[in-house]
Amino acid sequence: MQRIGVFVCHCGTNIAGTVDVKAVAEALQYEPGVVISKEYQYMCSQAGQDLIKEAIKENNLTGIVVCSCSPRMHEATFRKTAAAAGLNPYMVEIANIREQCSWVHKDIPTGTEKAIILGKAAVAKVNLNAPLTPGESPVTKRALVIGGGIAGIQTALDIADAGFPVDIVETKPTIGGKMAQLDKTFPTLDCAACILTPKMVDVAQNDKVRIFSYSEVTDVSGFVGNFEVTIKRRARYVKEDICTGCGLCTEKCPQKKVPNEFNLGMDNRRAIYIPFAQAVPKVATIDPDYCTMLKSGKCGVCSKVCTVGAIDYQAKDEYLTEKYGAIVVATGFNPISMEKFDEFAYSQSKDVITSLELERLMNAAGPTGGTLLRPSDGEHPHTIVFVQCVGSRCASCAEKGKEYCSKICCMYTAKHAMLIRDKYPDTDVYVFYIDVRTPGKNFDEFYRRAVEEYGVHYIKGMVGKVSPEGNKLKVRASDLIDGKQLHIDADLVVLAAAIEPDKSARPLATMLTASMDTNDFFTEAHPKLRPVESPTAGVFLSGACQGPKDIPETVSQAGAAASKVIGLLCKDKLTGNPCVAHSDEWMCNGCSTCEKVCPYGAITYQDKEFRMPDRTVKVRRVASVNEAVCQGCGACTVACMSGAMNLKGFTNQQIMAEVDAICK
Amino acid sequence: MKVTYFPGCTLRTKAKDLDLYARRSAEALGIELCEPKDWQCCGGVFVSASDEIATKLSSVRALIDAKEKEQPIVTVCSACHNVIKQTNYAMQNDETFASRVNAYMAQEKNPPLPYAGEAEVLHFLELIRDKVGFDTLKAAVKNPLTGKKIAAYYGCLLLRPGKVMAFDDVENPSIIEDFIRALGAEPVIYPARNECCGGYVALEDPASAKKKSNAVSDSAKNHGAEMIVTACPLCKYNLVKNGSSLPVVYFTELLAEALGVKEV
Repeated sequence: MQRIGVFVCHCGTNIAGTVDVKAVAEALQYEPGVVISKEYQYMCSQAGQDLIKEAIKENNLTGIVVCSCSPRMHEATFRKTAAAAGLNPYMVEIANIREQCSWVHKDIPTGTEKAIILGKAAVAKVNLNAPLTPGESPVTKRALVIGGGIAGIQTALDIADAGFPVDIVETKPTIGGKMAQLDKTFPTLDCAACILTPKMVDVAQNDKVRIFSYSEVTDVSGFVGNFEVTIKRRARYVKEDICTGCGLCTEKCPQKKVPNEFNLGMDNRRAIYIPFAQAVPKVATIDPDYCTMLKSGKCGVCSKVCTVGAIDYQAKDEYLTEKYGAIVVATGFNPISMEKFDEFAYSQSKDVITSLELERLMNAAGPTGGTLLRPSDGEHPHTIVFVQCVGSRCASCAEKGKEYCSKICCMYTAKHAMLIRDKYPDTDVYVFYIDVRTPGKNFDEFYRRAVEEYGVHYIKGMVGKVSPEGNKLKVRASDLIDGKQLHIDADLVVLAAAIEPDKSARPLATMLTASMDTNDFFTEAHPKLRPVESPTAGVFLSGACQGPKDIPETVSQAGAAASKVIGLLCKDKLTGNPCVAHSDEWMCNGCSTCEKVCPYGAITYQDKEFRMPDRTVKVRRVASVNEAVCQGCGACTVACMSGAMNLKGFTNQQIMAEVDAICK
Repeated sequence: MKVTYFPGCTLRTKAKDLDLYARRSAEALGIELCEPKDWQCCGGVFVSASDEIATKLSSVRALIDAKEKEQPIVTVCSACHNVIKQTNYAMQNDETFASRVNAYMAQEKNPPLPYAGEAEVLHFLELIRDKVGFDTLKAAVKNPLTGKKIAAYYGCLLLRPGKVMAFDDVENPSIIEDFIRALGAEPVIYPARNECCGGYVALEDPASAKKKSNAVSDSAKNHGAEMIVTACPLCKYNLVKNGSSLPVVYFTELLAEALGVKEV
């Protein structure tokens, strides 16, 4: 018989507000096996933990039940407490009476009744718990960073700096991401290229970092410390190790009409191209959708002009399998499509552009060489209207926009308005906003400067309609402070499009079994206390894949993710999870069902000799579990028809005891 | 194909053309329009009287008639279409509204089964797009309107509220333009095509309504249109009354002309 202690936490008023904690402690006192039952204000505090430790020692407890918050929050805390008092940590059970009880119920009688039931279930389970000892697994000392924007670059550099090898996988032909497309950066207005491109060079020259550009992750298996990842290296039809990046082929290629994605389609590139002058790796790539040689076998100009013989029309996609100890997701963001926001006439007029397109129009390396000109007629615009929150904070239009605030738009719009007023003082600039949100170091001062020093007209209110009439864009908007309707004849309208996670994030999350929120942003393990870790062990988050972020925030998160990776890779061995599957060989009938459902390949079958009751020896085929590989998902335990598979710590008997306790 | 046809009161008075050409075109396209017996006014002002049940009952009666005949209910007047579609949507989605309406309907002489929005409400344009198909229409055209530059005028009732009407993209619709193309003419895209004509403001403040109307016709003219086509009697009334710079015709008239059934 176990000797069980029950500890009921008030969690301030979080639990005690809707649960009569005293009554819970009293009710559980008489459950089978319980020898002591106590309540305390904050069980997770030092004093609370000491109370548990003393009770374990004084009463020779063999198991404890803590009625508190979700096990995701403090199970590890209380396991450590128990271990410190000499108790096996797996003799601790948490009854979640906060998230699943006090927070969801409104009145004390209901809350109390349910808390008692949850407590009884946990006691019933502890009665059947057995001490468990975790095994150990080795750590592959190499990290994978998925995404080569500023987030991925910074994470990779920081990991490499600590001495660990790291690979970057980037889908585009070059690393650099969105930041490479930007002109200036707020709040200091230094040029994006000047601060990004040296980092790109650092990555390229760092012998600890390998860059797999024009590549994607196609498969992930394994677990923390021991991931096995398949990387698809798309054929770029140019030998990366031979190409010198001279660019001759990109000048001679006769296919000139390919929309240049780096300039968001505002000008054209060739079918063989280097995205921009500072690309890393600086090698050419052939776009198979446009190359006449690849499509019809007629051309071959690039191959003729290449002096080093780097062109290879026969190239095929290649697959590479590599082992990693940790994976960092840095897949970034994209502006949402403006097609559904046609009240702003984005698809009807070339002079309605997004803010990212404006970045390219202001960039010295952009389609206009840095002079701000209207896309339609190349004229200098004199009146420019900025519309904020296009698709952001859009709860009523969820089918086309996003409910959340995209966070970066207020600041980059202030930047754009200021830069335009500075460079072209004859231009009138209007910014329509719902709210101006500029928290951040030196951010509000920056916005105030746009208003006070640069004379940008900030108007609270939304634009209702943009109508292209002649060469003007007639903007109709409301001024909520003046209570007036405004009509502005604009030359250029700039839309601050909401941002969304990159489309590659969703399939990647499935491969990594990492969780996402409804907007496809990766979920962090804890929003406050573990912001750069995914709930999946060994998977870390960097940059806007976790939520909208500006560059300073992205870089700090990238560094934080790197430090978590370094902490993991420093270890030689990882303590595993002892809650793994176990096969009762006497009950196993050798049917192989469990082997088929196991997602980790942890189950194998072997022929074993058994001494039978009649003293004969019989060879039987039985399942055996590789405990280092098993992740304790439990798929085999439900698939096993003879009931031979059991999950340690969550045996069928334990779960049924809990159900019985609830239903009693 | 048989459909329940709800003409609406304006089609018997001010907008006889809209009705007449719809009937002739439907016949030419092989669609039989079955008018419900004793139909009444659609209720007219759904949005401005959303708490009033009695005015919706006539719409519900027409909807029930269509449900019983297992036919879609088709309208040509954009106001009737708007009211009937919104009423049907409310019957599907607003429990309080639906139960009150059904309580009224239970008092009728021959009470129908409770109605829960089962009927399909289609505008004549949707009927052509979704059931006939613009390709079939194109093939049926006898006198293509080649070379004509026509501005589609949607107004507000066909499109809004977008979620309920589910007619087309409210900001960048294309159904009437596709219709114009199928008739062999050239659609003119202009920014005011989904703006309000002034609506009932014409009664209260004619000057404001005139401003709205003229903005529409001028925008169409400036973009090179020769005529404006509409589905709404009120739009046509406002545009013409306020001195539209372009002729305004109903879409059914163009349709009948292209199908060669305008004069019989």
